[in-house]
Amino acid sequence: MSFPWLTTIGVIPLIGAFVIMLLPKASNELAKRLAVVFSVIPLILVIAMALQFDADSTAEFQFVESHSWIRSFGISYSVGVDGISLVLIALSVILVPLVILAAWNDADDAMGSVKGYFALLLILETFMVGVFAATDVFLFYVFFEAMLIPVYFLIGRYGGPGRQYAAVKFLLYSLVGGLLMLAALIGLYVVSAQELGTGTFDFTTLTNLNIDPGTQKLLFLGFFIAFAIKAPLVPFHTWLPDAAAASTPGTAVLLVGVLDKVGTFGMIKLCLPIFPAASAFYAPVIIVLCVVGILYGALLAIGQTDLKRLIAYTSISHFGFIGLGIFAMTTQGQSGSTFYMLNHGFSTGALFLIAGFLMTRRGSRLVADYGGVYRVAPVLAGLFLIAGLSSLSLPGLSSFVSEFLVLVGTFEKYTVAAVIATLGIVLAAIYILYLYQRTMTGPVKAGCEKMTDIKGREALAIIPMLVLLVALGVYPKPVLDVINPAVDRVMLQTGQRDPEPAVKPLAESGPAKQEAQRVVGTVEGGAR
Amino acid sequence: MNLTQTFASVVASSQIDANNIEPTVNNPAVATGAFSYMWLLLALPLLGAALLLIGGKRTDKWGPYFAIAMSCGAFVVGAIMYLKMLGLPANDRPVNLHIWDWVIVGRFQAPLGMQLDQLSIVFVLLITFVGSLIHIYSLGYMKHDPEKRKFFAYLNLFVAAMLLLVTADSYLLLYVGWEGVGLASYLLIGFWMYKPTAATAAKKAFVVNRVGDVGLSIAIMLMFVTFGSVTFPGVLNNAAEGNPTTMTWIGLMLLLAACGKSAQFPLQSWLLDAMEGPTPVSALIHAATMVTAGVYLIVRSGPIFDATPTARTVVMIVGAITLMFGAIIGCAKDDIKKALAGSTMSQIGYMILAAGLGPVGYVFAIFHLVTHGFFKANMFLGAGSVMHGMNDQLDMRRFGALRKVMVITFITFSCGWLAIMGVPPFAGFYSKDKIIEAAFGVNWIVGAVALLGAGITAFYMTRLWTMTFTGKSRWTEDNKHPHESSSVMWIPMAILAFLSVVAGFMLAGAIETWLAPVTGFEETELAVSSLVMEAASLALVIIGATIAYLQYRRDVPLVAPQHVSPLTVAARHDLYGDAFNEEVFMRPGQWLTRSLVFFDNRGIDGLVNGIAAALGGLSGRMRRIQTGFARSYALSMLGGAVLVIAALILVRT
Repeated sequence: MSFPWLTTIGVIPLIGAFVIMLLPKASNELAKRLAVVFSVIPLILVIAMALQFDADSTAEFQFVESHSWIRSFGISYSVGVDGISLVLIALSVILVPLVILAAWNDADDAMGSVKGYFALLLILETFMVGVFAATDVFLFYVFFEAMLIPVYFLIGRYGGPGRQYAAVKFLLYSLVGGLLMLAALIGLYVVSAQELGTGTFDFTTLTNLNIDPGTQKLLFLGFFIAFAIKAPLVPFHTWLPDAAAASTPGTAVLLVGVLDKVGTFGMIKLCLPIFPAASAFYAPVIIVLCVVGILYGALLAIGQTDLKRLIAYTSISHFGFIGLGIFAMTTQGQSGSTFYMLNHGFSTGALFLIAGFLMTRRGSRLVADYGGVYRVAPVLAGLFLIAGLSSLSLPGLSSFVSEFLVLVGTFEKYTVAAVIATLGIVLAAIYILYLYQRTMTGPVKAGCEKMTDIKGREALAIIPMLVLLVALGVYPKPVLDVINPAVDRVMLQTGQRDPEPAVKPLAESGPAKQEAQRVVGTVEGGAR
Repeated sequence: MNLTQTFASVVASSQIDANNIEPTVNNPAVATGAFSYMWLLLALPLLGAALLLIGGKRTDKWGPYFAIAMSCGAFVVGAIMYLKMLGLPANDRPVNLHIWDWVIVGRFQAPLGMQLDQLSIVFVLLITFVGSLIHIYSLGYMKHDPEKRKFFAYLNLFVAAMLLLVTADSYLLLYVGWEGVGLASYLLIGFWMYKPTAATAAKKAFVVNRVGDVGLSIAIMLMFVTFGSVTFPGVLNNAAEGNPTTMTWIGLMLLLAACGKSAQFPLQSWLLDAMEGPTPVSALIHAATMVTAGVYLIVRSGPIFDATPTARTVVMIVGAITLMFGAIIGCAKDDIKKALAGSTMSQIGYMILAAGLGPVGYVFAIFHLVTHGFFKANMFLGAGSVMHGMNDQLDMRRFGALRKVMVITFITFSCGWLAIMGVPPFAGFYSKDKIIEAAFGVNWIVGAVALLGAGITAFYMTRLWTMTFTGKSRWTEDNKHPHESSSVMWIPMAILAFLSVVAGFMLAGAIETWLAPVTGFEETELAVSSLVMEAASLALVIIGATIAYLQYRRDVPLVAPQHVSPLTVAARHDLYGDAFNEEVFMRPGQWLTRSLVFFDNRGIDGLVNGIAAALGGLSGRMRRIQTGFARSYALSMLGGAVLVIAALILVRT
């Protein structure tokens, strides 16, 4: 049996959490250092695993582990990764150590203990790896629900003003979604039992079922609404600004950067392959919902007066884009959305953390309390601008690649929706640059004079994200090469094909044809 | 050289190119030899920007010189490429360098590659040459600025982005350069961002440009669904096959993009505010290079516009409207930079108009772009020199009589002044009169607008020149000792002044031959001889200039008179462009945003909280059963688990 990569990656943070909890009360500093260690090991392991990942493998999942769990219900502990889940696992294990670095002093004055905070972050990491790696739908559900517990405590015990309300609201929303998903899950089990004789939760087997369209539509809704709450899509979104605003910046990063992606991940990896007919049926409605979300989230972001709420609303707009690309059901749209999930994690992560640095220095969440910060903290202002530019998808940064792919992928099938969604790029420029103008430019506002510039530890947390955003913007190939085959498989499972271009290229002359072949050749060569 | 000779040379040059030239298929060869180093064009200035920004204060001392070296280095690389190209037969000149695969998803294939051909090399030379001069000038102009290093880093960033814009081999990569220059422009307009006006102007420029970018995005998407490609060869070689309606939409969307970047009507409002940036920036970005990117985009996309007369007509009309718009604004401004900005808008209007004429106009659009790049940069640097000598005073009503104390600036500026008016044999004469002629060849109304524009140009430029350099001094108390600028500033001005004089004469005729293989070229058919046209435009120029001179050489009141014609009032308010934006977009937008925030808090969330409150009554009763939260949580988990298992057992059969 080969090395259990995924289980190891998932278990290490959990061990770390236990070790930290066993530490004596006064050893806060040690707890923080241990948290870094236990979050860096999974990162190294994921890098090692990714290097062995074969993007063109014919197997749907790699690094597969499967152990029977509850045999009588066909439930197993099965994990494995394809290109999409690999990217999201990578996102999780990159963000956690960065968040721990940035959140060094977040819990120092909190209601809960310092070691508890970092232990919860590590427990959350275990569940995040689990939810993306699960290839058994029941196991997926277990992780999906389990994630709520650490997040609930992270918000409720370590957050700022309004944390109780926000934590309960988050929990209730999630539980409603979870309940619907549970019902659909049981229904799915029944359907599989009817068709196969014995019920199963195995993902690959489920995608091969021929579920009758009427049933599909019902089951789809159960899963979809759960994911739409988690993602969140408008109108299921109002928990997010409260949760993000009340939690510590570190929690907000993991909440919006990773946890919410479980929703969009579920849409592309569960809804589409298992319920292809229902997905196609509901796609137009969902497309409308997403377009509304893009504009609605962006307009609300412009109108916010609270730093963190503002960033949360920009994310709601971004989740609209991600959903749009998934349900456009084109290769470009889905690859774009998957890549978007990664980039959004970094750009929003950086924004939340920098907002956190600002708040630590000034002691206020209100945009209006800031002004002229670039004069006192120029490096901080510069990094904030880069993160912001990534959020508005500046061409040259990776978020542009993903956003444009989503738009072009949508345009192929839903021209009007894509055109309206494109207006979102104007609003994005407004919400980011208006925020930058209010906080960073102009004369230094009273209360901001003593703000210090970014410190080494803080820079260490931010700079890797920004470097990745630039590097993947210029050279996105390593990630796209991993995503593309997985998306091709989703397209195949969903029975969808990209539309043909309107004009067939003219019979090409010699050199042009050679050129075309050369390009195709390098693509194939690169993929190999 | 006398006038007759000049006319003769123009006539002769047009006879040489009397036969029309079709553009060759856009099919560049793979770059080899020296051409395979063209990536240095991007790498050098990018390295400069990165080093200066990341290096921080450590690079303060040598950073500006390094940036100048990088910009000049890019010029040298460009010059070598040009010389190499010169030695090749016309059809072998376009070359392509594939750097690596960029955005490759399914059929969507955008490589990271550079295309260098006759059109892009013209831009490369213009950008790096004028760019390097302005780098050098900035050494003097920004001498005492504490953030000089950042300024040079941004300038390098701009040069890199602009070079990417003109050397990209696909529309998607062009987009990167397109927003890259927008970013550099944003950073430089807002360079003194402790001034709220500068910060606001920077944001405005970026946002208005984003409206244009919506057009570029949609155009690229349309290209992809129509041709399955976003590369220049993939799109342009098949453009003739496209459905006419689609082609019209692509053309109009490209025009929208061009309107944003090139400050054309109706997206012109940001350019005047952009004058908040340091003057070298106004010269380089907001006069000579970036704002002409829209012209590049349209000329580059020639085959698309050739396939859609409708879009071409709209381009022409937009150009004509902006030409008048900018000129009228230029007549009423007392701020020397804003008057020049109005003029830039107007001159780019000429270029866009020319581009809208199709193959009869493409080469002249580029020709005027190049000469304008020289004479307008020259005049902006001159304005900067005046400001430098006058304690950053911008109000021309406070100038006057500067010719005596700033002799070099006066001479160089005068060269630009004569060039922009189109006085033979200065540069503008060759390029602008060709546009007027070509316009008359297509549509006499547009031709008449272009001709009238020449007269107004002469008026506002002479007004500016007269108010600044002649008459009596109207200097304020703190500005009693204006002085000439240092040599590091006046030498770049002198070089540009020299080019303002000779560039037109040198390039006339040659530039048609050079560009025709890429853009195509058709000789304009005119009812009257071009000599008559030239005489008419010269007459209008003389009239415009004389009126302005007579009016402004005498006493100019220190405060602008308030009892003026409605047109003057309108022109002072930028023809109400901002007022329109404010009423139609900003206020409704603010209202919408506010009401949506209210709706989200009270509507959606109110509903949610209402349900929660109703349930809260219930849970309040339940709370009596439970004593602690943790226990209730454990209980509900247990309850849930029991439910799941019960459900599974029930449905198993």
